[in-house]
Amino acid sequence: MTPVQAIIAKELRSAFVSPVVYVVGCVFLLIFGVLAHLAVQSASMQAVRMMQLQGGMAQVNLNDLVFRPTFYSIAIVLLLSLPLLTMRLFAEERKLRTFEFLMTAPIRVNDMVLGKFLSVFVIYLGLLVLTGFVPLIMSMFSSFDWNPVLTGYLGLILLGGLFLAAGVFASSLTENQIVAAFLSFGLLLVFWLLGAVGTLMGDTGPGNFIGYLSFIEHYDRLVRGLVDTKDLIYFVSGISLMLFLAHRVVESQRWK
Amino acid sequence: MIHVQHVTKRYGDHTAISDVSFSVEKGEVLAFLGPNGAGKTTTMRILTCFMPATEGQATVAGFDCLEQPNDVKRHIGYLPETPPVYQELTVHEYLTFVGRLRGLAGAGLSQRMDRVIDRLSLGPVRARLIANLSRGYRQRVGLAQALLHDPPVLILDEPTVGLDPKQIIEIRQLIKDLSHSHTIILSTHILPEATAICQRVVIINGGRIVAEDTPEQLSARLRRSEKLSLTVKSPPGDWLSQLRQVDGVLAVSNPEGQPTVLVETELGRDIREDLARYVVTHGWGLLELKTVSMTLEDVFLRLTQHEEGVASEPVTPSADSDTALTSPPQP
Repeated sequence: MTPVQAIIAKELRSAFVSPVVYVVGCVFLLIFGVLAHLAVQSASMQAVRMMQLQGGMAQVNLNDLVFRPTFYSIAIVLLLSLPLLTMRLFAEERKLRTFEFLMTAPIRVNDMVLGKFLSVFVIYLGLLVLTGFVPLIMSMFSSFDWNPVLTGYLGLILLGGLFLAAGVFASSLTENQIVAAFLSFGLLLVFWLLGAVGTLMGDTGPGNFIGYLSFIEHYDRLVRGLVDTKDLIYFVSGISLMLFLAHRVVESQRWK
Repeated sequence: MIHVQHVTKRYGDHTAISDVSFSVEKGEVLAFLGPNGAGKTTTMRILTCFMPATEGQATVAGFDCLEQPNDVKRHIGYLPETPPVYQELTVHEYLTFVGRLRGLAGAGLSQRMDRVIDRLSLGPVRARLIANLSRGYRQRVGLAQALLHDPPVLILDEPTVGLDPKQIIEIRQLIKDLSHSHTIILSTHILPEATAICQRVVIINGGRIVAEDTPEQLSARLRRSEKLSLTVKSPPGDWLSQLRQVDGVLAVSNPEGQPTVLVETELGRDIREDLARYVVTHGWGLLELKTVSMTLEDVFLRLTQHEEGVASEPVTPSADSDTALTSPPQP
């Protein structure tokens, strides 16, 4: 077993002993269900209205009316819930003095950061799998195009990965878990708002650049069913950058 | 096995340790003695590669702490001041995790684990959550962590702190047993501990090494005269002045007014026989006569609370340091 695997196994064990994962997971799944339910409700109301106007069976696009709104809303829920999964990763080690043990074990800081990131990523993937019930049940009663749903899930995976990596970085900065959680909210919100700033600046060089920095534009394209290498590169490099920063911070602890 | 040469560690303007040099041979047990904040933990952290030294060089088992940290870490078992345990894991899970980080797996891991669990009598709590264990058990789990990969070097930061007397005796016995096969550095501010288990003591104060020797040598070195304690049954009124007449006696003091006196004699001269004969022939009723050696406690207090002259340079058994030490303490 490599050190990374050992750390993943240990972190998963620790996570499932604490109530945080259960609470965050339950609330996340509940809200996902409620959002999907609301979207289906509004879609059916729209279908009824169209039937009254057209006088026949209306064709509603479930991709546009159900999945896209759900994917957009769930991004906000992710922003609020994922920092709670990552906040303890490094902050707790430092608070409880187990950090010294990790740092004096013959493992690389890389292994530590990667192991911790992957452990929360696995938990997050588990939650996403559970949300899969929504499209599965809908596919039993209606028909829709699976491709945008799958790219939307790809978007969720990448977006969640980025949020978690930012959370790992925030957790490495402090020994207070609440501060770590709040730092990652702040960091992610700023990047979210950069999208709006970019839009305000219009189709200029700086405007496009700032817009590009925000994850929301890239996520949006994936939800709409567009898989562009540019967006994939954005997410992968964003995750790598955050983990690299976390690595630098952890490494720098010893030089203080 | 461990060589530390001119190591200095600064945190910004604050100098935690300054020009510390010492070495530990294979199989030796070295105690780091000093008041809180003297730099014991800092030195240990440098040796375990938790933090690098600002200046100087430290090597463990032939590997440089700065250049080859992972080789050093593999050769060291480290017990920090607070046992580094994860409360949400059971003892078994915790040791499994530690072993995996150390690259142990499968049969090798379970064999080692059984051995440390047996050695530290952790069997009854093996399946319990560490959160529910007492302080003593947690300390032992911490020690098990340090011993799991059977390292040649053990670095123990205050291994007996917070334990009850019975546990302290157990841990000391364990360290003694371990000393046959391991090189050990331990820090403590409990002096009898150093005397009981260590072959050599390094006294550190204010970030500097103020003395380094065996416990016996240290007390001998700082002694200006031999002291004897004498108890008699029925002393005459003027027995103190009579005793001062005995050949070889420098001073006699009777601090508590009891029939016990402290007799100071010339260094290197044993006058117990003469003294005993004197007391017996005068019919005072000899009850007890023993030499009083300076405890490490006295040495420690002298070295760490005395005047600047002692603290600023390593103590050598030269004439000046002896006279410096015998002058009365400055308030």
